[in-house]
Amino acid sequence: MIEQICRYFQTNSGQYWQYIGQHITLTLVTLAISMVIALPLGYLGSRNKVVANFCVAFAQVLRIIPSLALLFLLIPFIGTGIIPALIALVVLALPPLLVNTILGFNEVSPLYKEVGTALGMNSQQLRRQIEVPLALPYILNGVKLAMVEIIASATLATYIGAGGLGTLIFTGLGLYDMTYVVIGAVSVAILSLLAMTSFDYLIRKVQKHDETNYSI
Amino acid sequence: MTKPIIQFKHVQKRFGDNIIIPDLNFTVNQGEFVTILGSSGSGKTTTLKMINGLWQPSAGEILIDGQQISKLDQVKLRRHMGYVVQQIGLFPHMTIAENIAVVPKMLQWSHSKIDRRVKELLELVRLEPGVYANRYPQQLSGGQQQRVGVARALATNPPYVLFDEPFGALDALTRSELQQEIKRIHESLADKTFMFVTHDINEALFLGQRVMVMHKGQIIQFASPEVLVRHPATPFVEELLGTVQQNENLWRHQHD
Repeated sequence: MIEQICRYFQTNSGQYWQYIGQHITLTLVTLAISMVIALPLGYLGSRNKVVANFCVAFAQVLRIIPSLALLFLLIPFIGTGIIPALIALVVLALPPLLVNTILGFNEVSPLYKEVGTALGMNSQQLRRQIEVPLALPYILNGVKLAMVEIIASATLATYIGAGGLGTLIFTGLGLYDMTYVVIGAVSVAILSLLAMTSFDYLIRKVQKHDETNYSI
Repeated sequence: MTKPIIQFKHVQKRFGDNIIIPDLNFTVNQGEFVTILGSSGSGKTTTLKMINGLWQPSAGEILIDGQQISKLDQVKLRRHMGYVVQQIGLFPHMTIAENIAVVPKMLQWSHSKIDRRVKELLELVRLEPGVYANRYPQQLSGGQQQRVGVARALATNPPYVLFDEPFGALDALTRSELQQEIKRIHESLADKTFMFVTHDINEALFLGQRVMVMHKGQIIQFASPEVLVRHPATPFVEELLGTVQQNENLWRHQHD
């Protein structure tokens, strides 16, 4: 097995890096789109009960539907290829982003907002200097969860023609060749792990003021 | 010499059908240290929060330096009004220096001026700038944090400083230390008007040049500590003063 894996990398490393590239691009583009949608919506949700209820309900419904099912459900409506894959992945990434953004802004103590106001901050300064920095660890946690979700689901997106590391896995499954499956699966796992640890590092960094978090 | 700086004229405050303050009238002069004494629900914090526009009066008018507060730019007004609260409220994601610099930054002071001012203020509240400037609030004790709270309120040298039970959550020793500091600070800064809300009668009598006793949204007596002690206006004030003696008797008796 190890021998075969080595042979694969000797002969096909170009192709391998192409898959990795596709996978990462797909992930980052999805993440960017879903953040543009979810962060402002989440901020609104923290101020408006109706928006918040809608977001939470939406998130819960999505959590029930398996990622794979969602990808296939969308085929009749938007066909196959990169764009449908992007749409499906964005839909999957939205719930953790929305829920954590709302949570983050709601966790900002009203005391800090009152003191900020009393010190003469207008609503824009209050948002930029107090609310966003204090909500940031929660938002980053949402981004982390969304990213892991996207990296995993992007594997399935291969089925509707989006390329990426899923291609290796499905090729392997089709040919009964475990080499491809192992290479694909391990790579996806490593990507997820990298994303997770780097975000954990980032979150600790923005929370440097909070010593209690070092104990975890 | 005495110049009216904060005036309440027939101010009423309601929350829904609940009238917290029916009709409040008083005048505070420039440079005075006024303590507002009352139990919870007496309307003392409500009164304070109407001075910097955190809450708007339901009726009547409030004049700051002769101008109606409702016609002033309140965001600008608040930048020239220090505010210290019981829960301290230092921003946890900013260092001590950054906390103190919040208002100066909004007023776009130069970096060197801000640095100088931060250092000066930390010295004023007796915290070694070299040690504390770059720490985060969580790394300080409650008493030290409230010293920073006071420094932040004084950052732009505002003509008014409002205190909302600032020492309520501190232990007795830290509390009396900070009371003396605040008195010293008021005496060292000319023409600063301090409004200080408290439910502690000793604190009110020690700090205030005049004490405003509030009960159920009304002023019961507004006089100097001497007058208050010698000529309590109502049985309520008498009773309030009585509690001090009672407390004293209580512990004297126990340790005899």
